[in-house]
This record gives sequence, structure tokens and C-alpha cells, in this order.
Amino acid sequence: MKLLVKIISYMSLGLTLIPSFFVFTGNISLDSSKMLSFIGTIIWFVSAPSWMNKTKE
Amino acid sequence: MFKEKLLSQLNSVEEYEQSPVPESQWKGWGSFIGMYVGEHTAGTEFVIGPLFVAHGVTASDLIFGLLIGDLLAVLSWAFICAPIATKFRFTLYYMLEKICGIKLTSVYNSVNALMFCFLAGSMIAVSATAVGIPFNLGMPSLNQWLPNSFEWIIIVLLVGIVTTLVAMFGYNQVSKFANIAAPWMILVFIAAAVAVLPDLGVTSLSNFWEIAKTKIWTGKALPGQSQFTFWHVLFFAWFVNMAMHIGMADLSILRYAKKWYHGFSPASGMYVGHFIAWIASGILYALFLRETSNSMQFAPGPIAYRAAGIAGAICVIVAGWTTANPTIYRAGLALQAIKPKWKTWKVTAVVGAITTTAALFPALVMKLLEFVALYGLLLMPMGAIIMMDVYVLPKLNLKSNFAEFFKRDFNPSAAISWVLALLSALFFNIYFGVEVFFLGLPGWFVASLVYIISSKVVQQKVGKPMETLA
Repeated sequence: MKLLVKIISYMSLGLTLIPSFFVFTGNISLDSSKMLSFIGTIIWFVSAPSWMNKTKE
Repeated sequence: MFKEKLLSQLNSVEEYEQSPVPESQWKGWGSFIGMYVGEHTAGTEFVIGPLFVAHGVTASDLIFGLLIGDLLAVLSWAFICAPIATKFRFTLYYMLEKICGIKLTSVYNSVNALMFCFLAGSMIAVSATAVGIPFNLGMPSLNQWLPNSFEWIIIVLLVGIVTTLVAMFGYNQVSKFANIAAPWMILVFIAAAVAVLPDLGVTSLSNFWEIAKTKIWTGKALPGQSQFTFWHVLFFAWFVNMAMHIGMADLSILRYAKKWYHGFSPASGMYVGHFIAWIASGILYALFLRETSNSMQFAPGPIAYRAAGIAGAICVIVAGWTTANPTIYRAGLALQAIKPKWKTWKVTAVVGAITTTAALFPALVMKLLEFVALYGLLLMPMGAIIMMDVYVLPKLNLKSNFAEFFKRDFNPSAAISWVLALLSALFFNIYFGVEVFFLGLPGWFVASLVYIISSKVVQQKVGKPMETLA
């Protein structure tokens, strides 16, 4: 379960970053990239706290 | 509840405040690399990158200035701070107490606390530019020093109050939140910059350099801004954390390092935060200038929102907040070190009030480059004093750790060195027009030389330890 949440977290980081490269290559619009980045942001902040600080404790 | 957690955390930290860090607590590369990336990818990055553009840096000056300046900063950590940190494994404050005495250390703490207040204040102002977006807040301009509207004052006060309250009762939670935000934040920086490159005319990697030279870092300063050169970029990148490496504040962190060469780990923070993030935020500001016909408005919030939407605005708020919060907390600790009986929450509340008042003045953001350079300059002489005390005084048959050895609470040699180093910097500035960015280098040599000479004079007069005199 923890591994799955971790994978989702890393994918959300990808969702925050990768769309901007598609804007650069002209495959998607800037507005779409902003929306995908925002979704990535939400997923990251919902999923990451469940594992990120716990591994340090 | 939060406060109890905070106090228990503080108590655990205090364990090694007066003693060397035990071997069981030493840490390797992994602990430092991540920490330095988080520490140097912060709210200040949203201001520094754009200010380079405003000061008319050219593209090649920026790239090569940052590459070399960041390298010099890393070498300063590795060869100046880390060897002393891993030799003694004491905090900066404890080293200062042993060398300078409790009185001079208190003065250092007061100056440090005040600087922390101003730094946190600038970050509250940066956050306010993003918080103000939904309210159509009139944003401050580049040459503006005073608050420009009633709405600005209200929003800054609200952000300042919330930040202070969290620093008082929930530092633990903010610290955890900052850890989570760090990797996301740097990706938002990069994503925002990459996404707007086509709007600046970059259609492929091959024409990036041409656009960078002609539309981003054009070499022309905005009205009212001084012209920066390669040397400004190099020295700024080197000295932006002068208080931490040459000034030895990071003794407190690197004393946990297993080996001295872990002092190279700040390279992660330098090349991610002080290279990639500064370049990225500069690109965003260049687009803003282009779309607004060189508007003098300077507000990181709307600039990030234009490029990355809501994620960008959140990034500015989070970056400003996660920088301001621990800074307020550290300022409180520095003051509390002077008067340990003061309650932590009361000290933090006072610090928060000073910080929020400072944040009302946009000058703190607009002059952030000068302020950061001044901050390093003010605290740097103590680093020079520690270095001479450790390496040079024993070779001259002089005693290291003056205050501890002679049982004094005030080391006149250290005080004279600190004051003369700063006076010499003022002299170079007034009579030779040397800008604040360059004063750290001659100041270090003045502090070192004066400390060696004055220690010889003072120690000859003092002669024996106090207990044998009494």
C-alpha cells in the first residue's frame, strides 16, 4: 500500500513537471499545462505526507 | 500540544549544544544533500533571479558568474567551515562563547536575530503578492520603498500574523510541511520557466541562447537599477550565504558530518537553488517585462501565476511561508540565547511583530540583493576570528579559546576585529565606491589580520588565566 502511494506521489510530481515540456514542443496549450500542474500539486500534497516524513522518524 | 512537541524537540536539540556531537549521531551524504536543496530552493529565489534581470546582467555573465560563484561557495563550505565543524563538532554559538565570551556572543546573537527578522519580513511580503492576486491587490513597484495601499498593509499584516502564530505553536508541522514542499517547489520553478519559453520566442534548444541574450538577460538595467557585471554575479553567488560558510554559521549543521568532505554537499543546494531556480525565475520575469512593456511593478506572485497558474501562485506562498517561518523561529532562538528565561512563545511573538512591521515596506524585497550581501558582511568577521583562533594563534604561541582559557566574558581582540572589519568595509564603500557585494573579501582579511595582532597584544597584557591571578 505504501509503495502504491509512493508511486502515485512520484507520478504527481511528473504531472507537475512534464506537461510544461509538451507546451514547449507545442503539443498542448499553456492552460492545459497549468491545470495538469495544479492537479499534480493536489495529489502530491495529499499523498506525500503519508510516507515522506514517516521514513525519517 | 504543538508547543509541548516543540519544546520536547528543542530539548533534544539542546543535548549537544555544550558538547561535541557523539559518533553515533554522525551522518553521511544523504542527510545533507537533501537538506541543502530544500534550504536553498526558497522564497528568496523568486526575487533574486528577477533582480538579476532588472540589474541588466548579460546571459553569459549570468551563467558563468553563477557557475564560478556557486563553486566558490561550495569550496568555502568544504575547506573553511566543514574541517572546523568536524574537528570540534560544536555549534557556532558554543565556539563563539569559548572564543569571544558570552557578552560578545550576545551582541552577535542580537545582530543575527535582527537580520533574520528582515529576511523573514521580505518573505512575508513575497507571499503577500501571491495572496493578493484574488483581491486584485495593487502590487509594489521596483523603486518603491513604502507601502502603496491600505489593502497591501492589511494583507501583509494577515500573512505576518498567521506566520507568527504558526511559528509560535506549530514549528514542527511547518518543518515537516517544508520537507514535503521542497521537491515539488523546484519542479514548479522549472515547469513554469519551460512552459513560457515559446512565448519568449524559444522554439527549440538551438535558439535558446540567442533568445536568452536578446530577450531575457539583455545586459540593459531597468531605470533606477544599477548595472550588474560578471563580477557582481560571481561575488553575489559566492557571498549570498557568506554568514553560513565563511561566517561559520553552518558549523551547527556540518558538525554532524561523518567526514570533512561532506562539506561539499551544499553543491546540491547551490546548483539546484542558486543556479536552476535563479535562471528559471529570471525567465519568468523577462516574460513579464516583455508583456507589460517593461512595467516597473515587481511582484513574484502574479509573475508565477501567469506562467504556472494556481500551482505557481501556491508555490510563491509556500516558498515565502516555509522560508519566513523557520527564520522567525531561528530569530527567536537567537534572542532566547541571550535571555534563556524568556518564554519561547513570547520571544517568537515579539520577533513576529518586528518581522511583520518590516514586511510592510516593499524596499525589503526590492533591495534584497543588497540586504543579503549586508547580512553576510555583518556576520562574516566572526568566521574569520574562529579560523584564525583555530589555525593561526597556536602557531604563534598564543592561546585559542580566549574567553574559556582566561575565564573572561568578553574578548576585546574579537570585538576590535569585528568593529574594524566593518569600519574598513564602510571606508572602502564611502571613499572608493566599492559596492556592498564585494566588501566581504577585503573585510575577511582585515578581520583576520586585526584579530592576530590584537590577540598578541591583549594576551601579553592578560598574561595568565584569571584564576591564577586572583
